[in-house]
Amino acid sequence: MNSREQILAAVSKNQPALTPMPEVPFFQLEATDLVEKFTQVAVSIGSGVFQVESYEEIQEILSNDFKIHHRIISHVPELAPFADTTPLEDRHRHQLENVDLAIVKGHFGVAENGASWVTEEVMGLRVVPFICQHLAIILPKDSIVPLMHDAYARIGSAEYGYGVFIAGPSKTADIEQSLVLGAHGPRTLTVFLMG
Amino acid sequence: MSVEGHTKDHAALADDFNQDEPRVNWHDETLWFIREKRDRAAFAIPDWEMLRETASQIKFHTLSNLSQYLEQFEANAQANGIIVHWAADAEEHNQIVHSILQKHGVTQMVKSKSMLTEECHLNDYLEQQGIEVIDSDLGERIVQLAKEPPSHIVLPCIHLKKEEIGDIFHQHLGTEAGMSDPQILTETARQHLRETFLTRKAALTGVNFAIAETGEFVVCTNEGNADMGAHLADIHIASMGIEKLIPRRSDLGVFLRLLTRSATGQPITTYSSHFKKPRPGHDVHVVLVDNGRSVQLGREDFRNSLKCIRCGACMNTCPVYRRSGGHSYQSAVAGPIGSILAPNLDMKKHADLPFASTLCGSCSNVCPVKIDIHNQLYKWRQVIVKEGYADPKKTLGMKAMNMVLSSPQTFKLSGKAGRWFMKTVPFLVSNKMNPWYKQREMPQPPKESFGEWYRRNRKSNE
Amino acid sequence: MTVGLFIPCYVDQFYPNAAIATLELLEKAGVNVVYPVRQTCCGQPMANSGFEHLTKDCNELFVQNFAQFDYIVSPSGSCVLHVKDHLHSDTHEDQAQAIRGKVYELVEFLTDVVKVEKLTARFPHKVGLHQSCHGQRGLGLAQMSELVAPAFSKPEKLLSMVQDLELIPLSRKDECCGFGGTFCVAEEAVSVKMGKDRVADHLQHEAEFITGADMSCLMHMEGILRRQKSKVKVMHIAEILNAQEG
Ligand code: SF4
Repeated sequence: MNSREQILAAVSKNQPALTPMPEVPFFQLEATDLVEKFTQVAVSIGSGVFQVESYEEIQEILSNDFKIHHRIISHVPELAPFADTTPLEDRHRHQLENVDLAIVKGHFGVAENGASWVTEEVMGLRVVPFICQHLAIILPKDSIVPLMHDAYARIGSAEYGYGVFIAGPSKTADIEQSLVLGAHGPRTLTVFLMG
Repeated sequence: MSVEGHTKDHAALADDFNQDEPRVNWHDETLWFIREKRDRAAFAIPDWEMLRETASQIKFHTLSNLSQYLEQFEANAQANGIIVHWAADAEEHNQIVHSILQKHGVTQMVKSKSMLTEECHLNDYLEQQGIEVIDSDLGERIVQLAKEPPSHIVLPCIHLKKEEIGDIFHQHLGTEAGMSDPQILTETARQHLRETFLTRKAALTGVNFAIAETGEFVVCTNEGNADMGAHLADIHIASMGIEKLIPRRSDLGVFLRLLTRSATGQPITTYSSHFKKPRPGHDVHVVLVDNGRSVQLGREDFRNSLKCIRCGACMNTCPVYRRSGGHSYQSAVAGPIGSILAPNLDMKKHADLPFASTLCGSCSNVCPVKIDIHNQLYKWRQVIVKEGYADPKKTLGMKAMNMVLSSPQTFKLSGKAGRWFMKTVPFLVSNKMNPWYKQREMPQPPKESFGEWYRRNRKSNE
Repeated sequence: MTVGLFIPCYVDQFYPNAAIATLELLEKAGVNVVYPVRQTCCGQPMANSGFEHLTKDCNELFVQNFAQFDYIVSPSGSCVLHVKDHLHSDTHEDQAQAIRGKVYELVEFLTDVVKVEKLTARFPHKVGLHQSCHGQRGLGLAQMSELVAPAFSKPEKLLSMVQDLELIPLSRKDECCGFGGTFCVAEEAVSVKMGKDRVADHLQHEAEFITGADMSCLMHMEGILRRQKSKVKVMHIAEILNAQEG
């Protein structure tokens, strides 16, 4: 018997009698204003949140901190020429370490934890939201769902190669529980709620 | 109790740890602070207990159907283009990882947090094969440089003070001597590890959840190190215990709500990464590891331990862990959960762990998947004694105690002879000179026992 | 209603006043109390050390002593929990099972069975309440700090009926004191450190007395207090509920 068969045989022999899958109860968020809740939680975990109406407004806000000499990339065509929107290929992935700002479009946000759902098609490359020094995510303002249960209901059986919930800037508290932003990934996260 | 394979047992190592009382206070308070953060996060969710119950039931259901879910996961992962391996034990896991690296001629690997690879001692094994492994989680990197094992499953270097970390960085990464500012130390590690991420061809990550229904797996980090490693390398190896399965993608809604709130009090980790398909042209390997889990699954009293999602909440709340430190457990997973997992792997070696508890039960109450940890500790004690791993002196003592306690006559006589209980019990269970008296006064014997008083005052009842 | 009084072995030998107060409280509540003199111990010290299989004789004796009563009451949450969870009998399992269902810790017996609504006690002191884990997490004498659930506390309810008693708050309201049965000697270092920390919390909040429903925890903390030459005393909750000071 190979290990696969051996493990499966041992598991089926030792697993208890089948118990039914429980009904997952219907959980609800107490807060009713989803944008407000999202904003409050996102800010508490170190994100910046702006409500905007247009891409121009986003550029305006970002140009306070990011100037012409910064390397800004995005997969959002509307952001050219503020951002370099040249399509990226896998072989470029090691050449992104000097990206100052990446701007991606997320699918939706989650009110209870300030997270944004982002999949690989909207990133350009998987590594983009991690390797950049600063990250901005654009979400439709009406896309905020209350809880993670709602988030997965919304994702459903969607196809993706890679997807990630991003909640705040990269962080660590490994040294004496002191919170430091910018561990390996972005030092800041700005979320734009558009609409 | 002396423990085979270890020179010192938990009690002895805890004694060492307690030689520096201010440090014990610091360790205790740091972890209690995290327990308090967990409380705030949990209390913000009115349905918290219902969420725990649901998670617990989903996990139990999964365990009751694990063989099918494993096959389903394998089939779906393969359909997604993931290469699936099966490892019966730690050794086979290490060999599989090594053979993947060998096949691609890789001699350097970057690794994000994986308690499973700690359990398998992968780093040591690969080093012996001439492969360099760099841990990329900041806490893990720190203990790796310090040549120590992690002392906590979520907070690997929680036992180290920032000054000590500063010294380690000074020695290995060239920071200024005496520099202990967490901000600067973290920045130094960031620069140093970026270089690593950019140059490694293979990355290994752990797995928090694997979804049978979709063949994808989820990795949770705050630092983004798992993603940096996996997305930059050519080969991504993900090692997981077979108990990491959950049936459906939607079940993540339950578990991701619980995991980080329980672990650190955050509403969710910064990154919850769902790996479903390899990047075109690259390989993703998943190694499914048993290493004793199928045996534990067969132990009715202990199988619930396999529900664990490794949040570390039971460690943070454990009054013993907080005052004895993770290293006193001498097991990759320390604390209450480690104490019910380790004896399954090696009962003799870890015979001390189920006794390293007061059975206070706080662990079971914080556990997001409602593992009855303290009951299992009690049950492991019974098993360990029955299997003959208890100190023979203790066994004798317990037999003597039983003789006294099961005979009213002997009991009364022993009592008269000088307050039997305190004279006897302390010596039964420890080799030390009276371990009660060392730091505590003995209770003062009263003029008469209650039994004697009762006979004088309520005689009519006899 | 006849209650069998179960007094743990070390309470019998070292803390007769706690046992006397228990007896008197029950009598004052109008309960007929009998103390079976042939009792010894519930077997917990052995069982918690992994020797539950040796407690058979102890269990049989317990069943013989207590099967006849309507209720069994004991001033020790820990012993009660042990009986509730682990009392079995090869010869009279039906009786053992019945005992498991009718054994009560004193506080819960007073609040849940006797439903005491007032006491005549007076105790003009600052008192810290130690929530012993087995009583609290095992028997549910009070809400546990870990659970997201409504607060309640049976011992606090009773203490609030004592005239002039001031209950002090604690920073960690239900942390274990580190007694833990044989743990207190097998893991001496951690046990003592836990005890010192627990005592310190009470001292910081200016307790004059530390009370609780488990004498074993109090014995451990008393050992530490006396070693520190502290003036603070421990006292079983039965003694406070039965106190007639002033
Ligand atoms: S046993 Fe429960 S509390 Fe402990 S690490 Fe596992 S899931 Fe978390």
